Amino acid sequence: MSPWRAAARRFRRNRPAVLGAVLVAALALAALGAPLLAPDPLAQPDPVRLQDRPPSAAHLLGTDPYSRDVLSRTLNGARVSLLVGVGAALLAVTLGTGVGLAAGLAGRRTDEVLMRGVDVALALPRIVLLLAVFAVWDQAPASAVVALIAATGWFQASRIVRAAVLSLREADFVSAARALGATKPAIVRRHLLPHVAAPVIVSASLDVGNIILLEAGLSYLGLGVRPPTPTWGNMIMDGKDVLFSAPWVALAPGCALVLTVVAFNLAGDGLRDAFDPRMAA
Amino acid sequence: MSGPPAPRAPLLEVHDLTVNFTGYDGVARAVDGVDLAVADGETVGLVGESGCGKSVTALAILRLIEPPGHIAHGSSVRLEGRDLLALGAKEIRAVRGNHVALVFQEPLSALNPVLKIGDQIAEAIRAHEAVSRSTARWRAVEMLTAVGIADAERRAASYPHQLSGGMRQRVLLAMALACRPKLLLADEPTTALDVTIQAEILELLDGLQQKLGMAVLLITHNLGIVAERTRRVYVMYAGQIVEEATTAQLFAQPAHPYTEGLLAAVPRLDERRERLRAIPGQVPPAYAWPAGCRFHPRCPHAWEKCAAEAPPLLEVAPGHKARCWLVEEPMRRKK
Repeated sequence: MSPWRAAARRFRRNRPAVLGAVLVAALALAALGAPLLAPDPLAQPDPVRLQDRPPSAAHLLGTDPYSRDVLSRTLNGARVSLLVGVGAALLAVTLGTGVGLAAGLAGRRTDEVLMRGVDVALALPRIVLLLAVFAVWDQAPASAVVALIAATGWFQASRIVRAAVLSLREADFVSAARALGATKPAIVRRHLLPHVAAPVIVSASLDVGNIILLEAGLSYLGLGVRPPTPTWGNMIMDGKDVLFSAPWVALAPGCALVLTVVAFNLAGDGLRDAFDPRMAA
Repeated sequence: MSGPPAPRAPLLEVHDLTVNFTGYDGVARAVDGVDLAVADGETVGLVGESGCGKSVTALAILRLIEPPGHIAHGSSVRLEGRDLLALGAKEIRAVRGNHVALVFQEPLSALNPVLKIGDQIAEAIRAHEAVSRSTARWRAVEMLTAVGIADAERRAASYPHQLSGGMRQRVLLAMALACRPKLLLADEPTTALDVTIQAEILELLDGLQQKLGMAVLLITHNLGIVAERTRRVYVMYAGQIVEEATTAQLFAQPAHPYTEGLLAAVPRLDERRERLRAIPGQVPPAYAWPAGCRFHPRCPHAWEKCAAEAPPLLEVAPGHKARCWLVEEPMRRKK
């Protein structure tokens, strides 16, 4: 059995992980289907009378202070969260893998320069950096949020990849491949990447939850993706002033956020256990 | 077998090969001025204990020494007259596996655990020949059959952990021989296997060698293997060749005290012994070889000259050389 299939089997036997994966899939469907399920998150059917209404048949999760449907906005908010979370994690991991490979393969000086750079970058508080950028850049589109979160989030992945490359470089099967005339790119592609893939996938999947929280934090502060586009962060902000009179406004996106992060973390933990059975508790 | 082997065109000629490793303790001369030659189709043994430089010699022949190690200036490695040390990166890559192949001693770790063995062999073929994926795969299956793996078609889809140690070593051989090299450097190819499998693998190697007409440099510390499988032998100690002889000469009349020690250390069936005989002392570290003869601190016959002056390889008989002053002053030999 291939190592990948063995990992898939271990994953399937891990109930919390499967639950997480199912939740993630459901969220993805909801986010994709949001325009159909909830066509207009910006619609204000009756700006005056429908303000802060409690859940009802017409508005399953009630309405917000601008009399918009909370359910529609929560579903649409999932689009931003998932796009930013998954997109930034993928981009970050790609960047990190590239830098890690370069550091691990290119020789001592390049390695030193890159890794000391990573040390410095890791010492800077990420949220402060992002705050500074978005405070200046008012109307950043979602793609910019993805790019910037990725640009400040690849450091850990680069360390993982570099460490793996450094140990694999000495592996007998790499020497054997070299002894039989394999080129460097072939060794990277056939021997290094498949081994690096597992830890990198695990790190990326565990990162998604963090990034979603980070994005929510930024939009709660009114940065990043701007209102009126619904994000869970800015929805919670909308609900904070009416927390006691209309708790559903903040509660709906808040619960969605918690559920999403838990789902990604469960799935990520499951992936880690599946790829490295020795780590499983 | 007796007398020197018929002179044949040298396939591999190593001259004054020196490999240095720069470390915290200074420069380690792991291999120091090694001369050796392998003729077409010949099986030559390279014997010595762990750390004497045998493996480094093999790696250096293919220029696989990685920093902090480097091959010193003045070394030369010629394959059919072509200086391998002068080749560009692309040219040396074309030699590796294609003309000279290397088999490692640890059959599990030398195979990539996440690739199917058929794919690994196919990859070795595609590194040198512009053949399609399916052709390479088909040839991989053919190679697996050639190394005696039954049901090769199905086995090609196995992962290394699904095979026994002997099978893995067969797979490594298949990989090494896939491009029909003229010379095989076999670095302790059977050390990790149990004795019956060892014999099978060596038998197989012999058969393949006949069939493909390749030369083999058999690196080992096992004198039994040397006696059975080789025609000529180089004995290595502390980075140098200390004795060079035909296998028959070496076992009948070892000239270097180190070789004598090695032979005496092999337990024999026709002799009762309470304890195994060992050579006293240890191999000195490579960054601090003893002055004079490198073996003198452990040598039972050593005298002042041995500590002061390093002996060159001296001729004992045609085709038989030893790096020992006893060759010139045999009366110094203690009984």
